[in-house]
Amino acid sequence: MSPIPCRQAFTDTLTELAKSDKDIVVVTSDARGSVTLTGFAQELPDQFVEVGIAEQNAIGISAGLASCGKKTFVGGPACFYSTRSLEQVKVDVAYSQNPVKIIGVSGGVSYGALGSTHHSLHDIAVMRTFPGLHIVLPCDVAQTVALTRQLVNYPYPVYVRMGRGAVPDVYKTSDPFFVIGKSITLHDGNDLTIIGTGETVFHCLEAATELEKYGVAARVIDMHTLKPLDVEAIKKAVAETRSIITVEEHSIFGGLGAAVAEIIVQYRPVPMKIIGIPDENAINGSPVEIFNHYGLTKENIVNEALKLTELTNINK
Amino acid sequence: MNHDKNIDLPYIALKVRKRILKIIYQAKGGHTGGSLSSVDILTSLYFGVLNIDPANPGKTDRDRFIMSKGHSAESLYCILAEAGFIDDALLDTYGKFNSRLAGHPTNKIPGIELNSGALGHGLPVGVGMALAARMNKSKSRVFVLMGDGEQGEGSIYEAAMAANHYKLDNLIAIIDRNHLQISGNTEEVMSLESIRSRWEAFGWHVIECDGHNFNELNHTFQSIPVVPGKPHLVIARTIKGKGVSFMENQAKWHHGVPTKEQLEIALSELDESINLIKST
Repeated sequence: MSPIPCRQAFTDTLTELAKSDKDIVVVTSDARGSVTLTGFAQELPDQFVEVGIAEQNAIGISAGLASCGKKTFVGGPACFYSTRSLEQVKVDVAYSQNPVKIIGVSGGVSYGALGSTHHSLHDIAVMRTFPGLHIVLPCDVAQTVALTRQLVNYPYPVYVRMGRGAVPDVYKTSDPFFVIGKSITLHDGNDLTIIGTGETVFHCLEAATELEKYGVAARVIDMHTLKPLDVEAIKKAVAETRSIITVEEHSIFGGLGAAVAEIIVQYRPVPMKIIGIPDENAINGSPVEIFNHYGLTKENIVNEALKLTELTNINK
Repeated sequence: MNHDKNIDLPYIALKVRKRILKIIYQAKGGHTGGSLSSVDILTSLYFGVLNIDPANPGKTDRDRFIMSKGHSAESLYCILAEAGFIDDALLDTYGKFNSRLAGHPTNKIPGIELNSGALGHGLPVGVGMALAARMNKSKSRVFVLMGDGEQGEGSIYEAAMAANHYKLDNLIAIIDRNHLQISGNTEEVMSLESIRSRWEAFGWHVIECDGHNFNELNHTFQSIPVVPGKPHLVIARTIKGKGVSFMENQAKWHHGVPTKEQLEIALSELDESINLIKST
């Protein structure tokens, strides 16, 4: 397991880049601790803008900075940036095409027992409907580092969601292949396809390894970019495998599962299972307990995969 | 653009008012009252204050103007045409299918800095632009025109705090103080007064002026910063529907559309005003 969370990997990478690129600017809303920006603020005070607890202002200010050529990152809890400041994201960033990079940290159920005020299980659904706003969920430290490097000069606005705690490594190299918008097939197989995003990718990969014991060859796709979606990879999976499972730390409405379903029902419908958080305020608990409760786990993915495999074998 | 013939400004403003009414009439929609109240402010800015160049609308050291009260799009479009940023013929497409001119401003149009129309957005973005100018060691100034009804939006006060915190004396907010919003008098809908003391409490230097007097407007804008280290607010006292007798101070003309007859009367009133200034 990597010793640092993705948010720390983001900050470490950005701080190094910002030392030699004075156009990089970071904005936050009393969230320098949450985002791990304290060091950045101390080392590069002229490139750091604190706005206090005012997320609408943080996004608006970021849009203004970006419109003047600043390579602007705004960071804070995903729950607030995807809700309190949603109109600023829609109008000042997406509609006005100001290439702000919105870093939503402690996303999904990272805040666990703090409750639904602090959960962001709706963010992908709402952000996905804004034309021109790209969405990326990195799954581990190495991918976060690669993503951060690409974001600096990426010409479009992007919403990035990452979790709070340290996560297991999915990519074993320090510089893995990563291009925004191009999914990555992590495990080959033609019986079914398991698609994950963000922290669920690790569990998808573990499930695929477990499924080998049952003689089931699962393809695993890391769909780190939810917009623009890698439609070709989804179509290929539908054409070459017999069913699809999606796994996300998000409402079952409007997220990864919905995005994938929108493609396949209009292309070539196949049996599909969407694993995510059901339509309820998530149960109180640690992130691991919540993942376990709702089945964002290797065991549940394996069970669902076996059910789909049986179904598609019968239908074959 | 620097234009020191203040004598021309009333004429330009009257021409722009006529154009506004024509495009609202042809589009069968628009925000008449607030467009007319803001014309003189815009004329002062675009023909004597702003460092901008219609031949190079993206020049990096330009002053930025944000129309935060985006519903007054018609006045912005007509000023941009008058100032040479867009062709006058483009105005004739306003309100038509697939026109480049949306009902609220978009930055696809040369000279427009921000897509606006949702209120309370201009000042936060203006703070960001003013911060960027400081970081870039640019003399660029940022002007944000807000409505008085818009003062109900809480996001404005987040930005007001930040502008004071960062001592942004390159940021100039303007309130088009016409006392009317869509439902009626601003003080009846939601009390705003004292606007001056409210903004002074936020740490801003506040200047009041006649929003239809070019000498006052030009002097006010050109003298800023009056107090170095402070953001400045200009409360421009205006008349909603200014320039057309039957539209002035009438809430129903917030987004009223003139009939053909009303348009002709309004245009003849404005022509009379033009004749008056030409003869003096």
